[in-house]
Amino acid sequence: MDILYFAWVRERIGTGSEQLAVPAAIATVADLLDWLAARSPGHAAALADRSAIRVAIDQEFASLDAPVADAAEIAIFPPVTGG
Amino acid sequence: MIRVRVQPEPIAIAEETGALSAGRSDVGAVVSFVGHVRADDGLQSLTLEHYPAMTARALAAIAAAAEARWPLLGGVVIHRHGRMFPGEAIVLVAISSAHRAAAFAAAEFLMDWLKTRAPFWKVEERGDGRHWVAAKQSDDMAAERWHAGS
Repeated sequence: MDILYFAWVRERIGTGSEQLAVPAAIATVADLLDWLAARSPGHAAALADRSAIRVAIDQEFASLDAPVADAAEIAIFPPVTGG
Repeated sequence: MIRVRVQPEPIAIAEETGALSAGRSDVGAVVSFVGHVRADDGLQSLTLEHYPAMTARALAAIAAAAEARWPLLGGVVIHRHGRMFPGEAIVLVAISSAHRAAAFAAAEFLMDWLKTRAPFWKVEERGDGRHWVAAKQSDDMAAERWHAGS
């Protein structure tokens, strides 16, 4: 699964993308965020405040309870700040 | 019918808006909105990051929603990304229709959606460093009114 990061989430994690084999036990966006936060101190810092995190599954905004099993690309970023 | 584009280059505003009515006699109104970078609080530069695959999809969906809602004859949405400086144009929304009401409404609808749903993030640079811009609740409320059965 491709995981993409944007804006300050990208800066805190230290990379714009990772290709990860996500365990089958990770069912939802919330599970995925918990799993990612345990990967490094940078991940933990970037994902600490869940109210400041937005997620898109295959380029569509998704909620925390959305299933992730069939996703090809999951993007994680702050709320958008527009044009 | 509404063309959408994200580019790092400056926007050719006169050419883009002029093309909407060139050689046509059915266009009665062209409404254009140009957003500029303001030098608020000593702003030195503004850098826009975006998510290209999602921007393309989101802009196409927003444009299709506007076309379904109002009788439009054409339009263009051009958004810049990368580093910009005060005074530069950051976004152009231009809409053509037979009458002005639809063109004004569609242009405002597109701008409200760009502010809240398009995957862009801004970094401001001032004398004291660089800061990511936080999302504004007032922008969300401006977009919400289009759902409120108007």
